[in-house]
Amino acid sequence: MAAEFLFSQFLSGLTTAIFLFLVASGLSLVFGILRVLNFAHGTFYMLGAYLAWQSMQWLAPAKEAFWFAALAAATGIAILGFVVERLLLRHLYGKEELYQLLFTYALVLILGDAAKILWGTGQLSVSRPPSVEGSITVFGTLLPTYNLFVMIVGFAIAIGFWVILQRTSAGRMIRAAAMDREMLSALGANVGVLYSGVFIVSSFLAGLSGALVSPIKAIVPGMDVEIIVEAFIVVVIGGLGSFWGTFLGALIYGQVLSFGILIFPRFSIFSVFALMAVILIVRPWGLLGRPLK
Amino acid sequence: MSRRVPWTLIVLVLALTIPWFGSRYYTFLSTQIAILSLFAVSYNLLLGTTGLVSFGHAAYFGLGAYATGLLMKELQTPFLLALLAGGLLPAAFAALFGYFCVRLTKIYFSMLTLAFAQIVWAICFQWNEVTGGDQGISAIPYPELGWMSAIPGLGGFGTGDRFYIACLVLVILGIWILQRITNSPFGRMLTTIRENPERASFIGIDVRRYELAAFVISGGFAGMSGGLFGIFNRGVFADFMFWPKSAEVLIMTILGGMNHFWGPVVGTVLMVVLNQQITSYTEYWPLVLGTILLVLLFAFPGGLMGALEAGTKRLRGQKTGGGDA
Repeated sequence: MAAEFLFSQFLSGLTTAIFLFLVASGLSLVFGILRVLNFAHGTFYMLGAYLAWQSMQWLAPAKEAFWFAALAAATGIAILGFVVERLLLRHLYGKEELYQLLFTYALVLILGDAAKILWGTGQLSVSRPPSVEGSITVFGTLLPTYNLFVMIVGFAIAIGFWVILQRTSAGRMIRAAAMDREMLSALGANVGVLYSGVFIVSSFLAGLSGALVSPIKAIVPGMDVEIIVEAFIVVVIGGLGSFWGTFLGALIYGQVLSFGILIFPRFSIFSVFALMAVILIVRPWGLLGRPLK
Repeated sequence: MSRRVPWTLIVLVLALTIPWFGSRYYTFLSTQIAILSLFAVSYNLLLGTTGLVSFGHAAYFGLGAYATGLLMKELQTPFLLALLAGGLLPAAFAALFGYFCVRLTKIYFSMLTLAFAQIVWAICFQWNEVTGGDQGISAIPYPELGWMSAIPGLGGFGTGDRFYIACLVLVILGIWILQRITNSPFGRMLTTIRENPERASFIGIDVRRYELAAFVISGGFAGMSGGLFGIFNRGVFADFMFWPKSAEVLIMTILGGMNHFWGPVVGTVLMVVLNQQITSYTEYWPLVLGTILLVLLFAFPGGLMGALEAGTKRLRGQKTGGGDA
């Protein structure tokens, strides 16, 4: 096979990976701190896409308004996350894990239908902003400028997160909460505010990734259920709650999917689930995660 | 002295009389309830009794449906034999997958059950030659139940009625076996493991082996329920195994109450009847189900049976409290 072809496969895998990283990072963050596996994260992502579309309708014909629409969508979902956490989820923290899970699943059912009521069941699409239209050539492979832009955003978010986690006091709190939240609250930290903050940031990321995906994928009901399983695979491979693990997991997922199609064209979905199972068997806490106490 | 009303028996007798009402709709609904009840009760052997949250139970249901359906359609295997295979094949897969799953705990256990279930789903979805891929298998024949008309009183029954009676008898048998298992010393050990796995292993229980045994039994009965469902549905599709189906059985069980043996049955009745009623008014069934789930989680975390028990205790007052045991 030509090197160029392999490179283009690699590039397509990388694009998948960055999108998935954007979605999965929020999921992993919430699990790491709140110990809640948020099934509704995929739904937040889908709603982000719908909100971006809706904002574009209001802002049309200004095509560059996409940037504003994406930001508005992410903010809208962050507000939704705030409401959900403060009004409902908070009351379930002391309860069994199973109830928290079912709660987020109830959100999937309710918000998924709400989206159908508001936006119908047809496909919606958002056009790319003119400033990032067209494509560039990388080693003989065409890469849409928009995808390049999203990759840069993804890397920027990864690095930005790392800086926040390592260098700020909020980051120290988050790292401490991930290690031992009881100790943290015993030391007088306001864990309630921390939880809200983490959930809001996670929702913002979900909304943002949904908005960013809207110009390259059709917005349809069911995209939430599809993405959440993919995000689960990514965080399980990398390690639930591990930030860089999620990044690595997304990169691996993208490449396995992209090259899996070449090797077993019919069983590409199979290969990623098989990878997930193998990781869980060999190293349940993921490649870069830590075993839970 | 026995003040207790034999609810189980009353419900069973009532269930048997349903075909005499002559409504095809009621028989249809009751068949669905009976079959899915077995699925939910089998699931609760893991969830309620052993304390294991599986996200992939639909895989065994689906495997049973494929095994029974393919045997009956392609090889004209007799019904009971095909159904037995529909239990054994998933049980074998449950043994294989469970071997790895029970080595993990909590969320990791759930995630691995999900991964295995999705693997099975992905294979069935794309293996056109055997499973029909996304087209599934259709036109699965009804079992030959003509002999039933020789039984006095059953003469006027149609195919659907006869199949319902067969399902009901088989499901009752299955649930009865599961109840015996739950109440056996083995079942008590499972409950011990649920309550405190560390203590269980200190007193010499091989926790993993017990959990694996529960996993296999649960998978086998889920498979038989799937086998019946494939016939009832006149077709088997990969959708049977997709993860939202696993969530559905979890919800049914929680709805009825996972801490009570009959909880899953109550949950199934509620879910199927509500689904039929609500979908005739609106297409937004998930919205309603999600709302019910929310109310349940915040107001009645013990499910319907839990709420019922709490209610009767309150009615009887403190003085007779505990006399129920």
